[in-house]
This record gives sequence, structure tokens and C-alpha cells, in this order.
Amino acid sequence: MASSPSKTVRPRSALQPPVSRKPRLFRGQCVCVRGSAFVAIMAASRVKYSVLLPTYNERQNLPLIVWLLVRSFEQSGYEFEIIIIDDGSPDGTQEIAEQLIKIYGSDKILLRPRAKKLGLGTAYIHGMKHATGNFIIIMDADLSHHPKFIPEFIRIQKEGNFDIVSGTRYKGNGGVHGWDLKRKLISRGANFLTQVLLQPGASDLTGSFRLYRKEVLQKLMEKCVSKGYVFQMEMIVRARQLGYSIGEVPISFVDRVYGESKLGGNEIVSFLKGLLTLFATT
Amino acid sequence: MTKLLRCLWSLGLFGVAWAVLALDPLDLRPLPAPWPQVLRPLPAYLLVSFGCFSLAVVGFRLGTFNDCEAAAQELQDQIREAKQDLARRGLRL
Ligand SMILES: Nc1nc2c(ncn2[C@@H]2O[C@H](COP(=O)(O)OP(=O)(O)O)[C@@H](O)[C@H]2O)c(=O)[nH]1
Ligand SMILES: [Mg+2]
Repeated sequence: MASSPSKTVRPRSALQPPVSRKPRLFRGQCVCVRGSAFVAIMAASRVKYSVLLPTYNERQNLPLIVWLLVRSFEQSGYEFEIIIIDDGSPDGTQEIAEQLIKIYGSDKILLRPRAKKLGLGTAYIHGMKHATGNFIIIMDADLSHHPKFIPEFIRIQKEGNFDIVSGTRYKGNGGVHGWDLKRKLISRGANFLTQVLLQPGASDLTGSFRLYRKEVLQKLMEKCVSKGYVFQMEMIVRARQLGYSIGEVPISFVDRVYGESKLGGNEIVSFLKGLLTLFATT
Repeated sequence: MTKLLRCLWSLGLFGVAWAVLALDPLDLRPLPAPWPQVLRPLPAYLLVSFGCFSLAVVGFRLGTFNDCEAAAQELQDQIREAKQDLARRGLRL
């Protein structure tokens, strides 16, 4: 898919356009592209990355993740915005977010809260409505996902002209920190089962550190109905069905230092249910 | 076609082929003497092989799961740096 001729029309990067070869494309024309349908390329338009940060009781983590994000983007030089979607956290996460807006500016940090805890899937949809970037980066706010990998996501995206770049704990230098043997065994077993049943062509289906083209994410959000980990799996499976290309970046996942995980309940049972549902319906 | 259907199809095709060749319920004698006997335990062999393969893969990946000590240490240092810088910029926790 990545090599389909229609896609090669797209510029690798609006930052460094191959001016000599196809200058026509940079005068505000529209190019139709299979898969993502329609891409408008404006003269002098800069690529912008919108980071969606869903938070629920992340008072301690939020300033740290934002600090790391800002520093990473300032070093790499890419244009960015950080959209915080807080679901009325009782611990005062929003008050911290307000302070961060004062420090870094309301063009860089956007707080788009919701009244009560409505779940992760809809938090992404809510955040995406307010995103002005051409690419959306989804990550957890609990410091498990390190912003230092974002420049690598961007590099891989450009290199393969991918629609999605997914972080992976299961490949190359990827890995996890702070998991005991039991949790690692469950994770590896679940991953193997997923690979056998769904053959998704991506090595980490339950991770949630990913970069999407905005229009691709919009399309996928319309299609995906699952909750929790299954939602992340469904995104990749549907992406494959729709013919989107997926690149991967090995990431180190460091278990949260502050606060506690919200994905509780019986994770294994709901994971298996979701996996079998995807197996039977896709 | 869903993945489940595709899987059932393949299993069904394999099952029919195996039954005709190994059990020969219609008495067609498609294979000469030793072969039906040899083929009879094939599904069990395959099942066990796949089980062993799965255990080996999961075991190997479990043993080689990266621990990312360096990343965790680096994060700790950066958290300290971030806290100092944020306090300097006037963040009240
Ligand atoms: N807005 C919003 N954020 C949530 C909700 N549930 C979890 N989060 C955030 O989503 C991210 C991942 O959640 P976490 O509890 O760490 O899940 P885990 O890493 O799978 O254990 C964190 O940044 C949470 O604050 C929710 O209902 N609403
Ligand atoms: Mg987490």
C-alpha cells in the first residue's frame, strides 16, 4: 500500500518540499489519494502535530509530561499543540492545566475538559474536534509514554509516508519497565494470541502511543466501537481493512510512577472477549 | 469473509482431505497401503507441534523482554529537572 503510485504524489514533508520535481503541488491544489481520499496542500502551510492528552486524576503527572513534550518539540523544531482532555478529575488536574497555559501560552496548551468521566475513546473524539494539526499524536499522560520518541515517530512517518505510526513494546529496543514476571507473561501470551488470530501486521495492538494522519484518525473513530484495550486493537484492525499503512517505532514503556491505573475491572476477560469478537466479525 | 470463517474454511478443507486420505470412509482407496496409517495421527501431531511452537515463542519472548532500566533512570532524572524548572517558572503544585 505504501508503494502505490497514487501515494507518491504526496510530498514527504511540507517543511522540505522536493521543489524541483513537483512544484505544482505547492500552490494550493488538491490531490486525490486512495485511502485517505483527499489532501489539501497549501502554499507555505506548515505541518503541525496535535498531541491529545486524556487525563483523569493526573495532577502530579500532567506538568511533567507537558514539560517533557514542550522540551522535545522545541528541540526538534516541529510545530505543535497539546490538547488536554480532562474528565472533571476530582484531584484538581484542571487547575494545574490552567497554570500550564499561563506558563506556556494558550496557543501551545489547550484545555478542553468534560464534565464527568466518560471514558478514553470518547475523550479522543472530543480532543480531535479541537485539534488544528495535520497529524494527531495520542499518548497517555501518566509518563509511561516518553515524548522523546515523537521525533522518531515523525521520522518514520515521513520515511514510509505512513498513515499511522504505532509505538511498540515488543520489537527491537522496545520494552517495559516495572512489570513483574506474571504481568510480562500475560502481556506476551496475549500478544501472541492476538498475532495468531488477527494477523494484524503490527506488533503492539494494545499500546496507545501512536501518530495518525488527522483524517485517518477521524475515519477510524467513526468505525470503532470497542472500549479499553480492545479499542486500541480495533483501531489497527480497521486501519488494515481500510488499506491504511502502518509503521512502527520501538518504545520503552515505563510503568507509571505517580497515581494509579484507571483501566481496572477484569482486564483479561474483557480483552479475550474483545479479541474473539474482532476475530469473528472482521 | 471474517477471520473466523476463513479459519473454519481452512480447517474444514484440511479435515475433509485428511478424512478421505487417512480414514477412507467411502472406501475409495486413494492411497497405497502404509500411507493411511501414517496419516491418521497427523492432526494430533500438528496440534502438539503448534502448542510446542507457541510455548517456545512465548517463553523466548518472555525471557528476552527488555527491562528498560536506563529509560526508567533517565525519566527519574528528567522528572527532577522538570520539577525544578517548573517551580522556577512559578508552577504551584
Ligand atoms: N479524559 C479521560 N482520561 C482518561 C480516562 N481514563 C483514563 N484516562 C487517561 O488515559 C491515560 C491511560 O490511562 P491509565 O489509567 O494509565 O491506563 P493504563 O496505562 O492502561 O493502566 C492516562 O493519561 C489517564 O489519565 C477517562 O475516562 N477520561
Ligand atoms: Mg498507564
